[in-house]
Amino acid sequence: MIPLSYFLVFAAALFCIGLYGVLARKNAIAILMGIELMLNAVVINLVAFWRFRSPESITGQAFGVIVFAVAAAEVAVGLALFISIFRRRNSIAADEIDLLKW
Amino acid sequence: MEPSILVWLLPVPPILAFFLIIFLTNRSKSLSHILAITATFLSFIGSMVIVTLAIRSGHLGEEPFTSVLNWFPTGDTWFQIGVWVDPLTVATLFFVAITILVIIFYSVGYQNYGQPKGDHDQPGLPPHGATVEDEQGHKHRVPSIEPMYSRFFAFLSLFAFGMYVLVISNNLLTLFVGWEIMGLCSYLLIGFWYAKPSARAAAIKAFLTTRVGDVVMLLGLAYLYSLAGSLSYDVIFSEETLAMLTSTSAPIFGVSAAVLIGLFLFFGTVGKSAQFPLHVWLPDAMEGPTPVSAMIHAATMVSAGVYLVVRVFPIISAGMHHGEPTLTMNVMAFIGAFTGLFAATIAVAQNDIKRVLAFSTISQLGYMIAAIGIGAYVAAAFHLFTHAFFKALLFLGSGSVIHGVEHGVLHTGEEIDPQDMFNMGGLRKKMPFTFWTFLIGGLALSGFPFLSAGFWSKDEILADAFAHANWPVLIVLAFAALLTAFYTMRQITLTFLGQARTESAGHAVESKWTMVLPLVVLAVFAVVAGWPGIPEDFPVIGGFIPNFVHEFVGETLAELPETIAFHWVPLVISLVVSLGGLALGWWVYRGLPVGAQDPLEKLLGPVYKLLQNKYYFDELYDYIFVRPAYWLASTFTYLWMDRTIIDGFLHFVARIIFSLGGILRNYIDKPVINGFGDFVGESVKRIGRSGRFIQTGRVQQYMVMALVIAFGTLFYYLFFLSQP
Repeated sequence: MIPLSYFLVFAAALFCIGLYGVLARKNAIAILMGIELMLNAVVINLVAFWRFRSPESITGQAFGVIVFAVAAAEVAVGLALFISIFRRRNSIAADEIDLLKW
Repeated sequence: MEPSILVWLLPVPPILAFFLIIFLTNRSKSLSHILAITATFLSFIGSMVIVTLAIRSGHLGEEPFTSVLNWFPTGDTWFQIGVWVDPLTVATLFFVAITILVIIFYSVGYQNYGQPKGDHDQPGLPPHGATVEDEQGHKHRVPSIEPMYSRFFAFLSLFAFGMYVLVISNNLLTLFVGWEIMGLCSYLLIGFWYAKPSARAAAIKAFLTTRVGDVVMLLGLAYLYSLAGSLSYDVIFSEETLAMLTSTSAPIFGVSAAVLIGLFLFFGTVGKSAQFPLHVWLPDAMEGPTPVSAMIHAATMVSAGVYLVVRVFPIISAGMHHGEPTLTMNVMAFIGAFTGLFAATIAVAQNDIKRVLAFSTISQLGYMIAAIGIGAYVAAAFHLFTHAFFKALLFLGSGSVIHGVEHGVLHTGEEIDPQDMFNMGGLRKKMPFTFWTFLIGGLALSGFPFLSAGFWSKDEILADAFAHANWPVLIVLAFAALLTAFYTMRQITLTFLGQARTESAGHAVESKWTMVLPLVVLAVFAVVAGWPGIPEDFPVIGGFIPNFVHEFVGETLAELPETIAFHWVPLVISLVVSLGGLALGWWVYRGLPVGAQDPLEKLLGPVYKLLQNKYYFDELYDYIFVRPAYWLASTFTYLWMDRTIIDGFLHFVARIIFSLGGILRNYIDKPVINGFGDFVGESVKRIGRSGRFIQTGRVQQYMVMALVIAFGTLFYYLFFLSQP
């Protein structure tokens, strides 16, 4: 059986890739995808810990499902926002959305 | 109707008239004088009804018409006020009602009702005359109506109210109220022509001088009230109270309370009735219109002073043993007799027709005071009674004379004083009614035998002085009577007899009927007012008319004063002084040529000057009282106390507080409080300015920052806080 640390390393790598995507990409949709990656890394962690630490309860799986649901809702809201921004400014480059600066 | 209810109503019409005139009818001159005359007429009718009822009642002395009301609570009891009609009240009411009515009626003519408005007249100055044009186009100067006509009648009404209140009071407090109302009215009326500086000064002088007496009188009232617990006549004149007052010794002077109270009350009279040494106000009071002089100097105010001492005679005479006069009475006899002579000598050298009368009033009031001083209070009341009539007559007559001469002055345009007797002469033919009535008044004043009222009352006083063997008083009063007759005849001779000494006097005309009628009425009283007092045992004419005054007025006190037996000595004295004085006056002044100086001036020399200047009492008082008072006010109080000490202290305090404020402002407020406030604001601004560069508006940068901080925090926890 694959030891727990593999899963954790994998999840950490995935999280870092997602984080990099969030911080470094210009395209807002890519940022959203990065966020999805990070969430998936979290879900992997959750499921891995559930499988290795307390397989008898269903809590881990339930949390995983809830995180998916939240991620899906979040993507829906995020995409709607981006469409709205695109309609107004004809661009969804993240560094151009800087109305809140001083 | 109960007589006492009617008595309550006596003062009501004049006060109503006063308020109606002041508030409503002020603009209508005719309505105003109608109101005033109607009001005084109603009071007159009421008074006459009271007098009739009182005389019919028989024994008014023991059972006066009286009724009381509770006025204000004093502890467990009430202070009561009420009315009181005893024989003295009746006698006073009689002459007061008549004289007030005729004086108010006379004022209609005197203040030129019905004349045109003056060309340059203004309120506060006597009318200067108006120019009218007749059919032929000739211009005439005629007298003009008084600008403040309504106001004059309002004041006279208030004056009448004061006198009625005083006369009908049953206690000394409401008497004092009436007394003070008259004091106020005399001030207002003497200063009626307030734009004249002399009238203003005279008003203030009269008010302040009488105030001196009033304060002392009030002290007397307070002392009496503290001892007797009441000021009602029936209480304070009761035997027990008088005995208590006599046996109590006063805290000062080592005299009995009765003497001290008597002296205090008498001092009120000294002020009001212008006795020495407070006589100075009365001659100056001639600045007012002549009806005012008649009102003040004959009918009401000065009479009120004598009325008071006659009223409180039981207190004044309390402790009298076997006809031995009390200290109060001795003081009164001295001051009265002295004033009588003193004022008579001054009157001899006065040239102003009204001033002569003013000094004769002082002199006659001195007579009455002296009469009370020797215990002859009935004679005093009798003389008060007759004097009111003939002195009112003389004043109104002099007003008529002045009016006539003023008419001449307006006609000729001469620049002379219409009141100076040396500018008159020969008015006998020009003003016959005024002459004959003035003559009757003058003869009454000088005590012309048998025919005049003054003879009987003056004779009564002299007879009393003789009967009490009070020689100094008798001699002084007899000499005063001689002088009185002399200056009266001097006045009549200078004014009416001989030839006109100025053109104005030659053009004088008789006054209107509104002025002449009161003169005639008063002239009748000046003759008949003496008849009720003719002694029963007087030779030949005594006994035809019962000696009503003695029995009726004498009834005021419980015991009837003993009748003084007739004696020929006072009668002869009376006859000699009055006839001698009259003859002398006529002889000296008959046929005085135009521009001649007073024959007395040559005869008396410097003494004449002394008399003409009234013994320099005005100047003396000016030095002793007026100037120190002015100095006290302007230099001491204003300059030293007020400007230097009080203002100085205030300025000092203000300067200290000002500099304290400066210190606080410069060293506390500005640096500390303001500094702190500015520091906070500036700091916040500076921090914000330096921190704002991190706000780029880019979400990703914020995220990086958040990540850095999150990692920083994490490391901090892991490496510092988790160390064991």
